[in-house]
Amino acid sequence: MLFDSLRSLMARPPLANQLPTGPNYGILAEFATPADLFHACERVRDAGFTRWDAHTPFPVHGLEGAMGLRRSPLPWIVLGAGLTGAALGFALQWWVHASAYPLVISGKPYFAWPAMIPVTFELGVLFAALGAVFGMLGLNRLPMHHHPLFRSKIFERVTDDAFFISIESWDPRFDPTATGKLLESLGARRVELLESE
Amino acid sequence: MIPERDRVALRPEQATIPPGHPWNRIPVIGVVCALLGIVACAILGAANPRQFFFSWLVSFLFFLSLALGALFFVLIQYAAQGGWGIVLRRIGETVFATIPAMAALFLPLLLGLHDLYEWTHAEAVAADPLLRWKAPYLNVPFFLIRAALYFGIWSFIALLYYRGSRGQDVTGDPGVSARLRRLAGPSIIVLALTQTFASVDWIMSLTPHWYSTMFGVYFFAGSFLGFIALLSVVAAAMRQAGLLETVISAEHLHDVGKLLFGFTVFWAYIAFSQFFLVWYANLPEETTWYRARMEGSWLTLSLFLMAGHFVAPFFYLMGRTVKRKGATLAVGGAWLLAMHFVDLYWQVMPTLHPEGVRPSVLDGAALVAIGGCVVAVAGWLLRRQALVPLRDPRLAESLAFENV
Repeated sequence: MLFDSLRSLMARPPLANQLPTGPNYGILAEFATPADLFHACERVRDAGFTRWDAHTPFPVHGLEGAMGLRRSPLPWIVLGAGLTGAALGFALQWWVHASAYPLVISGKPYFAWPAMIPVTFELGVLFAALGAVFGMLGLNRLPMHHHPLFRSKIFERVTDDAFFISIESWDPRFDPTATGKLLESLGARRVELLESE
Repeated sequence: MIPERDRVALRPEQATIPPGHPWNRIPVIGVVCALLGIVACAILGAANPRQFFFSWLVSFLFFLSLALGALFFVLIQYAAQGGWGIVLRRIGETVFATIPAMAALFLPLLLGLHDLYEWTHAEAVAADPLLRWKAPYLNVPFFLIRAALYFGIWSFIALLYYRGSRGQDVTGDPGVSARLRRLAGPSIIVLALTQTFASVDWIMSLTPHWYSTMFGVYFFAGSFLGFIALLSVVAAAMRQAGLLETVISAEHLHDVGKLLFGFTVFWAYIAFSQFFLVWYANLPEETTWYRARMEGSWLTLSLFLMAGHFVAPFFYLMGRTVKRKGATLAVGGAWLLAMHFVDLYWQVMPTLHPEGVRPSVLDGAALVAIGGCVVAVAGWLLRRQALVPLRDPRLAESLAFENV
């Protein structure tokens, strides 16, 4: 229930709208080692592809550089969420204590700001943490229950011992034959053309 | 074939100050500053001894706290078997190797105990039940014994780690790292206790009626943050001066920046918590200390500390790019070093000038005198030694360090 309501909160177009319209989803290439994958990524990046991804069983150091990824906007989301939380926390206490329901508590003024710092701080941290988690999920388009890559048999080894590059067919530079040849020339162990839904 | 233990990740000439380099002149500059400062202190202090002792105390605490922060920095690296910071460890070791010299710089304060501490006056103690009650702890002989104990313990730990690390440069014995790691845990506990009691003796007892159980942590937070600030400045300055350019990378600066940012928040957390509990409980014996700092120009300085020691560096150091560039990181570090000095000034000086902030030339003279001595010793050590622990088993790991 909670997850259903959260998902509807994070409303976004259904997956079908984000997928390429052609007969092919894209091309999947399997590499044997992280080093092979790393160098292949550098070449795919230099070839000018933009709609593609790398898949590994564990984090590979420096891969984001080899893929030419820009820095994530996540820190700004976290900062915005944290400041929002702190401001909300402070405003809530000010409204309750100084405006809506003024009470003298232990001889302090109604607007006793030092007493409001702990809650302000905690709400700032809470919102920043939630911003980090849900911002990360949103930027990664998660949760996603199905992906065309999962229909590939060889892709199952991505959580085990194989390293993959997938290039999607809506990339302007995509060509079913030429892109496959390129990936083979970069040392791919196997190259597979994936059909669309 | 070179035996395993004789292999080095760095050649010594990559990690020493080359002959003719401007940094070779640091000890001379330090000595000149020290002499000028001492002469100024002697001339001006003769006319106003109380001001001299308080000024000397602030500057003494400033440099001592940096050295204690350095000691903690190196001890946690050993205890946690940290790999990333090995290339920065020698900077810390050089800073805490000045602790024995700090003991000598403590001696002038002994001449001014009567000027500094109310509880040394027999008639004041006799007239005051609270001071009579605290007399078994706050009395001059026990105070001196404790001070000797602190410096004995700190010097022992400092020299143990300094000599061990320098010795490893020659022998390459990985057993040194293992032995120092085993000793690091107990040393941290001893350091935490002695540092807490020292802060009570030297700062808190300036207002002998007042007490705060958080004061030791507050002093620690300032001292560790102060050292990390110093570390960021020195590391950036070394790279600027062409020393360790290929050794200390943006990755190391980034991690120093993260520590600087994190402990800026930690200092604010502790400083506020101490104030908050006193403010909320509102008990007379606890509020006197803050009351003195919430009136007139001391209130202005309190607010300035809040903004300058926390808010400004918090937002300045938040971003990634600022931490990864030597120049921008050093600006943050230098600013926080200055704030650490202001923080200590704010803790000590209201006892001397309850009427308001009264800066004095002696504040500067004491800073230059003690700073000159410390810089001379540290600069002299830097000339005699490699700038990184050349044969630490984890040096290669530190050289290759990258942030994920």
